[in-house]
Amino acid sequence: MSAGLLYALAGAALFALGVAGLILRAHPLRKILAFNVMGSGAFLVLVGLGQRDGTADPVPQAMVLTGIVVAIAATALALALARRLLEHGNEREETDA
Amino acid sequence: MSLAFDLLLIAALLWSAGRALTTPDLFRAVVLFIVFGLLMALAWARLGAPDIALAEAAIGAGLTGALLLDALGHLRSSIRQKSGLIAPSAAHRSEGTGNNTPTYFLNGLVIALSTVLGLALVWALLELPEPAVRLPELVAAEMAASGVAHPVTAVLLNFRGYDTLLEVAVLWLALLGVLTVARARMPGPPRLTRSSLKVPRLLARVLAPLTLLVAGYLLWAGAHQPGGAFQAGAVLAAAAVLLNLAGLLPGGATPQWVLRVGLGFGLLVFLAVAAAVMGQGTLLQYPPAWAGALIMLIETGLTLSIGLTLAGLYLALSGATRK
Repeated sequence: MSAGLLYALAGAALFALGVAGLILRAHPLRKILAFNVMGSGAFLVLVGLGQRDGTADPVPQAMVLTGIVVAIAATALALALARRLLEHGNEREETDA
Repeated sequence: MSLAFDLLLIAALLWSAGRALTTPDLFRAVVLFIVFGLLMALAWARLGAPDIALAEAAIGAGLTGALLLDALGHLRSSIRQKSGLIAPSAAHRSEGTGNNTPTYFLNGLVIALSTVLGLALVWALLELPEPAVRLPELVAAEMAASGVAHPVTAVLLNFRGYDTLLEVAVLWLALLGVLTVARARMPGPPRLTRSSLKVPRLLARVLAPLTLLVAGYLLWAGAHQPGGAFQAGAVLAAAAVLLNLAGLLPGGATPQWVLRVGLGFGLLVFLAVAAAVMGQGTLLQYPPAWAGALIMLIETGLTLSIGLTLAGLYLALSGATRK
């Protein structure tokens, strides 16, 4: 088994782990972490699978590079929304009390 | 020997990701996630992808870590302000799993289904047929016409340039979203944030120019070796985070117009080049003689805009403190 395939399999495991975390954990911050773990898993599958015969493939590498930048943009937007959501929850508790 | 290292690294990856999702303390979860990012960078290096390793270390572990820690800090201070009744760990406890039987059953079901999903993915990966198109050979055959000597840069900015064009647009849209959400909470001009973490000003003043130098080098190196606009932009953003933590750079959700121009500059240069070479027939197909120069022009614009945008994501969020 080549190193590429090995890391692709690890990526599949990470993806499944992320899916479980995304569903099971209720806190928004934790969901964002799980979402990022899923993303890392998908990236590993892409690059690992691209070089399962042993030669590095620049095409998936470039796509993952793009993906990492998009992932941080999505994370930042998710964090902004999560903070707004949590503060909104706090405000509502105050008015209810 | 290398197999043992791979297995150890994979075990560490799975462990750190699993702990980041299961540990009850959110702070510990974020730190474990940063560790996970650094281990990912190692995995990329092991897979012979130094470009991704650089980007992962700077963006995946570094900037994402800064964003998460900052969000956690704001979260904790807002909880502490809100009530003396709720214990500091209440934010974590509210995410906990219930003790009643249906919840246990559902959790078990989710874990079982996720395991099935993972096993199905593993099976699918092992059963894949040989690829019909050999991409590495295609790239190698076209390298001479790409204008650069590094295959990943050739793919990013020449062969699949439209991916990168759209990506920059996505990055810009995400920043617009963050600014919109953040400005609702903190209108007004940018201001210096009071950070609990004090970075010595002298250190920041010495490091920031060096960071600029590193970013310039990474940008220039991208043409013939690992490096390029993304890594250089990430390093620029890191300089902005450092200056912000040292209290030298104000954070806020209302950028001045010079900054706004800078944010859109890379995308505009990219679009202008795309429009200028439209006559070649295919989108972003450069004339071979000009390819190298055009790619360097686009990358320079992108470095500036990606650096500013990534920095903006952090500065908008960290600056948007309540009241």
